[in-house]
Amino acid sequence: MKISWFRRQQYVQVKLDQRGEQGALWVKCAGCGDLVFRERVREKHGVCPRCGAYFFLTAQERISLLVDEDSFVDVSRPIVAADPLGFTDCRPYLERLKEAQDRTGLPNETVVGRARMGNTPVVLAVTDFRFIGGSMGSVMGEQLSCAMDIAAQELSPFVLVSSTGGARMQEGIFSLMQMVKTAAARRDLERACVPFVSVMTYPTTGGVFASIASLGDVAIAEKGALIGFAGRRVIEQTTGERLPSDFQTEAFAFDHGIVDRVVERTKLREELIRVLSFFPVGRSP
Amino acid sequence: MTIEDLIAELQNKLAELRKFARENGRDVSAEIAELEEKVARISWGPRAWEQVKLARHPSRPTTLDYLDLLMDDFYELHGDRLYGDDKAIVGGLAKFEGRTVAVVGHQKGRNPAENHACRYGMAGPAGYRKAARIMGLGDRFGLPIITFIDTPGAYPGIEAEERNIGGAIADSIYNMLRLRTPVVVAVIGEGGSGGALAIGVGDRVLMLENAYYSVISPEGCAAILWGDRGRAPEAAAALRLTAPDLLDLGVIDEVVQEPAGGAHTAPKAAARNLREALLRHLDELRAVVPGELVNQRRRRFRGMGICEGAVETMRLRNGE
Ligand SMILES: [Zn+2]
Repeated sequence: MKISWFRRQQYVQVKLDQRGEQGALWVKCAGCGDLVFRERVREKHGVCPRCGAYFFLTAQERISLLVDEDSFVDVSRPIVAADPLGFTDCRPYLERLKEAQDRTGLPNETVVGRARMGNTPVVLAVTDFRFIGGSMGSVMGEQLSCAMDIAAQELSPFVLVSSTGGARMQEGIFSLMQMVKTAAARRDLERACVPFVSVMTYPTTGGVFASIASLGDVAIAEKGALIGFAGRRVIEQTTGERLPSDFQTEAFAFDHGIVDRVVERTKLREELIRVLSFFPVGRSP
Repeated sequence: MTIEDLIAELQNKLAELRKFARENGRDVSAEIAELEEKVARISWGPRAWEQVKLARHPSRPTTLDYLDLLMDDFYELHGDRLYGDDKAIVGGLAKFEGRTVAVVGHQKGRNPAENHACRYGMAGPAGYRKAARIMGLGDRFGLPIITFIDTPGAYPGIEAEERNIGGAIADSIYNMLRLRTPVVVAVIGEGGSGGALAIGVGDRVLMLENAYYSVISPEGCAAILWGDRGRAPEAAAALRLTAPDLLDLGVIDEVVQEPAGGAHTAPKAAARNLREALLRHLDELRAVVPGELVNQRRRRFRGMGICEGAVETMRLRNGE
């Protein structure tokens, strides 16, 4: 797969849903630098109509991209993040949380629900990067685990779409433990013989990549994804190595056998429907 | 402002508050308690940082030191059978109090040359795959498994990423969730993030008194959240990464005492305490039937995490 210079800029951090920008008719695409009509970007599921660069998708936008119309039923647990350590850096964690809730209109970073894809029932979990970097704390651990429980119980395939920087540092050791918690829930899914497709988007890194996102039966990278464990800066500082230009891109992950396939955003729904069609679902083996 | 200045300022505020309460006959005990807690938390900072420094002490006993002191015999096994032999993780079969056990641990090295060869215990994918292999061996023969955690974190490098370090850590965690034999984990020095956790999924998790265990290094946390690596002592305190903190949070089972001044001042004494604790926990676990052990281990980790129970909490917080 050829790496173009332009992939670096494929993802453009434009917050489509941010308050204060709601009224703006035009958004600037960092891929081509052009002003593009916001509604056109939205219609095209966050793909720039000019240059094809990808904008961030909110959890809601991601869900509507993937599922059969009106089939999504939210089954998120009614929980929000606590502050188990009483964590304060430059700002108290609780303040960051409230700010994220106000800005996104979401109670937390994870949305899980029952849905249909090409009429196949699935359990879908999506993380929203706008909410504290889509990082995994106790809430994400619990939401994903419960989603996998439902999938195991109802014998519905489990689809996880990650967009996350990794662990939620502000929850300290509890965020680290979510890596094991989600892996434990994944064991039950395995026992029920229910397929799990892990979709990695921009970015899927750190503790989420080193746990649940890497435990799928099939791993699919969205084009333009960033996939890896350690951050670029940490690697450069520790090793003094110069990183290759395609480092931790979806092409890098594909070339090194880390994902099964790379798929364009607009084809992701068809891809999932197709891959799920190969799996017998149920407890037979 | 230094931490000392901040503490002094808070102490002044406390004194003022107490004076105000006396003079006006008002009940400000809640405010006082809050301030006192804040002072306690901040003054914990330097102590947490002292412990991190002790955990990293260059002459602190390593996994191989403990194996020498604890085991009657240690037969080291090498290689992941896929690519190489990572010296940052050692493991094999050992005889502990007359019984064979499988052991795995990070190895930092005991002198500069070894430090270099072991990359200070920062393991790559081959290390975690070797660990999984040795634990699988223990499982096949019904041997209890003991792991020793002592790493600043997994090795951050190009090759590690190319060989899927993230997937290797995930697989190692997943592997430990299927082992049917008892697994006891001892954090003996640094418990650095996913690289530590990868061999940390145990039925019991013990920690030496001056070890630390954290989602991210204090320096890394300070760099990201404070924008300044120099604030690491504050980050260390905020992360609650010391052994007593983690016992308090219910994430570990026991703090193993070290000799005064740290394990490096009297390694034999530290090993004696560790031996006693390991034996006791292994004995308790031996009584549990294997299938039940796996279930208990999964339940233990499924139960970890603290959330606010209901949406109402959020509404309240949002002032609706
Ligand atoms: Zn564009």
